[in-house]
Amino acid sequence: MEKDERIALFQKWFSDAIPHNKALGLKVIGASRGFASMQLDWREEFVGNPETGVLAGGPLTAMLDGCCGMSVATMLKNPEPFATLDLRIDYVRPAEPGKPVIAEAECYRVTRSVAFTRAFAHHGDPKDPIAAAAGTFMLGTKGRVTRAQSIGAETEV
Amino acid sequence: MSALLESLAEARKSGDVGRLAEAIPYARWMKIAPENGTGELLTRMRYHSDLIGNTFLPAIHGGTLGAMLEMTAIFHLLWETETDTVPKIVNITVDYLRSARPVDVVAHATVTKQGRRMVNVFAEAWQDDRSKPVATANAHFLVKSSDDAPPSL
Repeated sequence: MEKDERIALFQKWFSDAIPHNKALGLKVIGASRGFASMQLDWREEFVGNPETGVLAGGPLTAMLDGCCGMSVATMLKNPEPFATLDLRIDYVRPAEPGKPVIAEAECYRVTRSVAFTRAFAHHGDPKDPIAAAAGTFMLGTKGRVTRAQSIGAETEV
Repeated sequence: MSALLESLAEARKSGDVGRLAEAIPYARWMKIAPENGTGELLTRMRYHSDLIGNTFLPAIHGGTLGAMLEMTAIFHLLWETETDTVPKIVNITVDYLRSARPVDVVAHATVTKQGRRMVNVFAEAWQDDRSKPVATANAHFLVKSSDDAPPSL
Protein backbone atom coordinates (compact mmCIF):
# COMPACT_ATOMS: atom_id res chain seq x y z
CA MET A 1 0.00 0.00 0.00
CA GLU A 2 1.25 3.50 -0.88
CA LYS A 3 2.20 5.74 2.07
CA ASP A 4 -0.41 8.40 1.20
CA GLU A 5 -3.15 5.79 0.93
CA ARG A 6 -2.14 4.30 4.31
CA ILE A 7 -2.14 7.72 5.99
CA ALA A 8 -5.56 8.48 4.47
CA LEU A 9 -6.96 5.27 6.00
CA PHE A 10 -5.48 6.05 9.43
CA GLN A 11 -6.89 9.59 9.11
CA LYS A 12 -10.33 8.17 8.28
CA TRP A 13 -10.50 5.65 11.14
CA PHE A 14 -8.34 7.30 13.81
CA SER A 15 -9.52 10.89 13.43
CA ASP A 16 -12.62 11.37 11.26
CA ALA A 17 -14.47 8.36 12.76
CA ILE A 18 -13.63 9.17 16.41
CA PRO A 19 -15.85 12.09 17.46
CA HIS A 20 -13.46 13.75 19.92
CA ASN A 21 -10.42 13.42 17.61
CA LYS A 22 -12.55 14.88 14.81
CA ALA A 23 -13.70 17.73 17.08
CA LEU A 24 -10.02 18.54 17.76
CA GLY A 25 -9.35 18.39 14.01
CA LEU A 26 -6.46 15.94 14.51
CA LYS A 27 -4.50 15.31 11.31
CA VAL A 28 -2.64 12.03 10.91
CA ILE A 29 0.75 12.87 9.38
CA GLY A 30 2.64 9.62 9.93
CA ALA A 31 1.82 5.93 10.37
CA SER A 32 4.33 3.09 10.26
CA ARG A 33 4.92 -0.03 12.32
CA GLY A 34 5.25 1.09 15.95
CA PHE A 35 5.03 4.78 15.10
CA ALA A 36 2.22 7.36 14.89
CA SER A 37 2.32 11.09 14.26
CA MET A 38 -0.45 13.67 14.42
CA GLN A 39 -0.87 17.42 14.11
CA LEU A 40 -3.15 19.68 16.15
CA ASP A 41 -3.80 23.15 14.71
CA TRP A 42 -4.14 26.05 17.17
CA ARG A 43 -7.74 27.18 17.69
CA GLU A 44 -9.21 29.83 19.95
CA GLU A 45 -11.42 27.30 21.78
CA PHE A 46 -8.35 25.26 22.86
CA VAL A 47 -6.93 28.20 24.77
CA GLY A 48 -6.56 27.97 28.55
CA ASN A 49 -5.46 31.53 29.20
CA PRO A 50 -7.16 34.15 26.98
CA GLU A 51 -4.53 36.76 27.78
CA THR A 52 -1.57 34.74 26.55
CA GLY A 53 -3.31 32.53 23.97
CA VAL A 54 -1.45 29.52 25.38
CA LEU A 55 -3.21 26.17 24.87
CA ALA A 56 -4.84 24.45 27.85
CA GLY A 57 -3.34 21.10 28.82
CA GLY A 58 -6.50 19.25 27.75
CA PRO A 59 -6.13 19.33 23.94
CA LEU A 60 -2.51 18.10 24.33
CA THR A 61 -3.62 15.32 26.68
CA ALA A 62 -6.32 14.15 24.26
CA MET A 63 -3.94 14.33 21.29
CA LEU A 64 -1.16 12.41 23.08
CA ASP A 65 -3.65 9.76 24.24
CA GLY A 66 -4.92 9.37 20.66
CA CYS A 67 -1.45 9.31 19.15
CA CYS A 68 -0.15 6.71 21.65
CA GLY A 69 -3.27 4.63 20.96
CA MET A 70 -2.64 4.82 17.22
CA SER A 71 0.96 3.62 17.72
CA VAL A 72 -0.51 0.55 19.48
CA ALA A 73 -2.86 -0.10 16.54
CA THR A 74 0.12 -0.19 14.15
CA MET A 75 1.57 -3.12 16.15
CA LEU A 76 -1.45 -5.43 16.25
CA LYS A 77 -1.29 -8.21 13.64
CA ASN A 78 -4.34 -9.86 15.24
CA PRO A 79 -6.55 -6.93 16.19
CA GLU A 80 -8.25 -6.91 19.57
CA PRO A 81 -10.04 -4.16 21.52
CA PHE A 82 -7.73 -2.06 23.71
CA ALA A 83 -8.08 0.88 26.09
CA THR A 84 -5.77 3.34 27.87
CA LEU A 85 -4.66 1.99 31.26
CA ASP A 86 -2.64 5.01 32.34
CA LEU A 87 -1.14 8.11 30.81
CA ARG A 88 1.56 10.36 32.27
CA ILE A 89 2.27 13.75 30.78
CA ASP A 90 5.19 16.05 31.64
CA TYR A 91 4.57 19.62 30.55
CA VAL A 92 8.06 20.75 29.64
CA ARG A 93 7.34 24.24 28.34
CA PRO A 94 4.31 26.24 27.18
CA ALA A 95 3.00 25.73 23.64
CA GLU A 96 3.42 28.89 21.55
CA PRO A 97 0.14 30.66 20.63
CA GLY A 98 -0.97 30.23 17.03
CA LYS A 99 1.49 27.42 16.22
CA PRO A 100 0.44 23.88 15.30
CA VAL A 101 1.55 21.12 17.67
CA ILE A 102 2.98 17.84 16.38
CA ALA A 103 2.84 14.62 18.43
CA GLU A 104 5.06 11.63 17.73
CA ALA A 105 4.34 8.36 19.52
CA GLU A 106 6.20 5.08 19.63
CA CYS A 107 4.82 1.73 20.77
CA TYR A 108 8.04 0.02 21.87
CA ARG A 109 6.72 -3.17 23.47
CA VAL A 110 3.59 -5.30 23.22
CA THR A 111 2.95 -8.17 25.63
CA ARG A 112 -0.10 -10.48 25.81
CA SER A 113 -2.05 -8.02 28.00
CA VAL A 114 -0.30 -4.64 27.86
CA ALA A 115 1.20 -2.33 25.20
CA PHE A 116 3.81 0.27 26.24
CA THR A 117 4.14 3.62 24.48
CA ARG A 118 5.95 6.94 24.79
CA ALA A 119 5.42 10.21 22.95
CA PHE A 120 6.64 13.77 22.55
CA ALA A 121 4.77 16.89 21.47
CA HIS A 122 6.69 19.73 19.78
CA HIS A 123 6.39 22.62 17.31
CA GLY A 124 8.49 20.97 14.60
CA ASP A 125 11.78 20.32 16.40
CA PRO A 126 11.57 17.03 18.34
CA LYS A 127 14.64 18.10 20.36
CA ASP A 128 12.69 21.06 21.79
CA PRO A 129 9.59 19.34 23.23
CA ILE A 130 6.48 20.98 24.70
CA ALA A 131 5.35 17.81 26.44
CA ALA A 132 6.49 14.24 27.00
CA ALA A 133 4.11 11.34 27.57
CA ALA A 134 4.20 7.70 28.63
CA GLY A 135 1.08 5.63 28.11
CA THR A 136 0.19 1.99 28.73
CA PHE A 137 -2.73 0.26 27.08
CA MET A 138 -4.69 -2.79 28.22
CA LEU A 139 -5.21 -5.30 25.39
CA GLY A 140 -8.24 -7.58 25.03
CA THR A 141 -10.69 -5.24 26.74
CA LYS A 142 -14.47 -5.63 26.43
CA GLY A 143 -16.48 -4.80 23.33
CA ARG A 144 -15.77 -5.46 19.69
CA VAL A 145 -12.73 -4.38 17.71
CA THR A 146 -13.16 -0.93 16.18
CA ARG A 147 -11.86 -0.09 12.71
CA ALA A 148 -9.33 2.22 14.39
CA GLN A 149 -8.01 -0.75 16.39
CA SER A 150 -7.81 -3.04 13.34
CA ILE A 151 -6.50 -0.53 10.80
CA GLY A 152 -2.86 -1.46 11.48
CA ALA A 153 -3.53 -5.08 10.53
CA GLU A 154 -5.72 -4.06 7.56
CA THR A 155 -3.07 -1.82 6.06
CA GLU A 156 -0.31 -4.35 6.90
CA VAL A 157 1.71 -1.42 8.15
CA MET B 1 -4.27 41.04 37.32
CA SER B 2 -5.21 38.33 34.86
CA ALA B 3 -8.77 37.87 33.59
CA LEU B 4 -8.87 34.55 35.39
CA LEU B 5 -7.91 36.05 38.75
CA GLU B 6 -10.46 38.81 38.12
CA SER B 7 -13.21 36.24 37.55
CA LEU B 8 -11.96 34.41 40.66
CA ALA B 9 -12.50 37.62 42.65
CA GLU B 10 -15.97 38.04 41.09
CA ALA B 11 -16.85 34.38 41.75
CA ARG B 12 -15.81 34.76 45.40
CA LYS B 13 -17.95 37.89 45.76
CA SER B 14 -21.03 36.18 44.27
CA GLY B 15 -20.31 32.80 45.88
CA ASP B 16 -20.88 31.16 42.46
CA VAL B 17 -17.74 29.22 41.57
CA GLY B 18 -19.20 28.36 38.14
CA ARG B 19 -18.19 31.81 36.91
CA LEU B 20 -14.55 30.69 36.93
CA ALA B 21 -15.13 28.59 33.81
CA GLU B 22 -16.46 31.55 31.83
CA ALA B 23 -12.98 33.08 31.56
CA ILE B 24 -11.47 29.92 30.02
CA PRO B 25 -12.22 29.25 26.32
CA TYR B 26 -11.27 25.55 26.55
CA ALA B 27 -13.54 24.99 29.60
CA ARG B 28 -16.46 26.60 27.74
CA TRP B 29 -15.82 24.50 24.62
CA MET B 30 -15.58 21.26 26.64
CA LYS B 31 -18.56 22.18 28.90
CA ILE B 32 -16.34 21.73 31.98
CA ALA B 33 -17.30 23.89 34.96
CA PRO B 34 -16.91 23.87 38.74
CA GLU B 35 -20.00 23.83 40.97
CA ASN B 36 -20.56 24.16 44.71
CA GLY B 37 -24.34 23.87 45.00
CA THR B 38 -24.07 20.98 47.47
CA GLY B 39 -21.49 22.79 49.62
CA GLU B 40 -18.71 20.62 48.21
CA LEU B 41 -16.53 21.85 45.36
CA LEU B 42 -17.01 19.54 42.36
CA THR B 43 -16.20 19.90 38.68
CA ARG B 44 -18.63 18.61 36.05
CA MET B 45 -18.05 17.80 32.39
CA ARG B 46 -21.47 17.88 30.72
CA TYR B 47 -21.98 15.09 28.25
CA HIS B 48 -22.03 16.10 24.59
CA SER B 49 -21.41 13.91 21.55
CA ASP B 50 -18.00 15.48 20.77
CA LEU B 51 -16.60 13.74 23.89
CA ILE B 52 -16.95 10.23 22.43
CA GLY B 53 -13.77 8.23 21.81
CA ASN B 54 -15.28 4.82 21.04
CA THR B 55 -18.56 4.80 19.11
CA PHE B 56 -19.15 1.04 19.49
CA LEU B 57 -19.19 0.80 23.30
CA PRO B 58 -19.93 3.82 23.32
CA ALA B 59 -17.37 5.44 25.67
CA ILE B 60 -16.00 8.88 26.41
CA HIS B 61 -12.47 9.60 25.05
CA GLY B 62 -9.77 9.00 27.68
CA GLY B 63 -8.06 12.26 26.78
CA THR B 64 -11.16 14.24 27.79
CA LEU B 65 -11.17 12.50 31.20
CA GLY B 66 -7.52 13.51 31.70
CA ALA B 67 -8.40 17.04 30.62
CA MET B 68 -11.33 17.34 33.05
CA LEU B 69 -9.29 15.90 35.96
CA GLU B 70 -6.62 18.51 35.27
CA MET B 71 -9.26 21.28 35.24
CA THR B 72 -10.72 19.85 38.48
CA ALA B 73 -7.32 20.18 40.16
CA ILE B 74 -6.87 23.74 38.87
CA PHE B 75 -10.35 24.89 39.98
CA HIS B 76 -9.68 23.32 43.39
CA LEU B 77 -6.36 25.17 43.77
CA LEU B 78 -7.91 28.48 42.70
CA TRP B 79 -10.97 28.19 44.92
CA GLU B 80 -9.80 26.33 48.03
CA THR B 81 -6.31 27.73 48.50
CA GLU B 82 -5.21 31.30 49.06
CA THR B 83 -3.66 31.88 45.68
CA ASP B 84 -2.68 35.10 44.01
CA THR B 85 -1.18 33.42 40.94
CA VAL B 86 -2.48 30.90 38.43
CA PRO B 87 -0.90 27.51 39.28
CA LYS B 88 1.44 26.08 36.62
CA ILE B 89 1.12 22.39 35.83
CA VAL B 90 4.30 20.33 35.88
CA ASN B 91 2.90 16.87 35.23
CA ILE B 92 -0.14 14.64 35.56
CA THR B 93 -0.62 10.88 35.69
CA VAL B 94 -4.08 9.57 34.84
CA ASP B 95 -5.26 6.06 35.73
CA TYR B 96 -8.20 4.73 33.74
CA LEU B 97 -10.33 2.43 35.88
CA ARG B 98 -13.55 1.90 33.93
CA SER B 99 -14.88 2.93 30.55
CA ALA B 100 -16.92 6.13 30.84
CA ARG B 101 -20.46 5.98 29.49
CA PRO B 102 -22.05 8.82 27.50
CA VAL B 103 -23.34 10.76 30.53
CA ASP B 104 -21.93 13.62 32.67
CA VAL B 105 -18.62 13.10 34.47
CA VAL B 106 -18.14 14.63 37.94
CA ALA B 107 -14.83 14.99 39.79
CA HIS B 108 -13.41 16.08 43.13
CA ALA B 109 -9.85 17.08 44.02
CA THR B 110 -7.84 17.06 47.25
CA VAL B 111 -4.44 18.51 48.03
CA THR B 112 -2.15 15.66 49.10
CA LYS B 113 0.75 17.93 49.94
CA GLN B 114 1.04 21.71 49.92
CA GLY B 115 4.64 22.85 49.71
CA ARG B 116 6.02 26.36 49.44
CA ARG B 117 6.57 26.07 45.69
CA MET B 118 5.03 22.71 44.73
CA VAL B 119 1.57 21.27 45.32
CA ASN B 120 0.59 17.62 44.85
CA VAL B 121 -3.09 17.16 43.98
CA PHE B 122 -5.19 13.99 43.72
CA ALA B 123 -8.41 14.02 41.68
CA GLU B 124 -11.09 11.39 41.17
CA ALA B 125 -13.84 11.26 38.52
CA TRP B 126 -17.07 9.27 38.53
CA GLN B 127 -20.44 9.15 36.79
CA ASP B 128 -23.62 8.02 38.55
CA ASP B 129 -21.94 6.07 41.36
CA ARG B 130 -19.23 7.84 43.33
CA SER B 131 -17.97 4.52 44.71
CA LYS B 132 -17.11 3.42 41.16
CA PRO B 133 -14.58 5.98 39.83
CA VAL B 134 -13.92 5.98 36.07
CA ALA B 135 -10.52 7.67 36.36
CA THR B 136 -8.14 9.13 38.97
CA ALA B 137 -5.16 11.45 38.59
CA ASN B 138 -2.17 12.78 40.47
CA ALA B 139 -0.71 16.09 39.38
CA HIS B 140 2.04 18.50 40.44
CA PHE B 141 1.63 22.26 40.17
CA LEU B 142 4.10 25.05 40.74
CA VAL B 143 2.66 27.86 42.80
CA LYS B 144 4.45 31.12 43.59
CA SER B 145 7.41 30.53 41.34
CA SER B 146 9.07 32.50 38.59
CA ASP B 147 10.25 29.25 36.93
CA ASP B 148 9.60 29.01 33.20
CA ALA B 149 7.01 26.27 33.68
CA PRO B 150 3.98 26.03 31.41
CA PRO B 151 0.93 27.89 32.71
CA SER B 152 -1.92 25.59 33.58
CA LEU B 153 -4.37 27.91 31.92
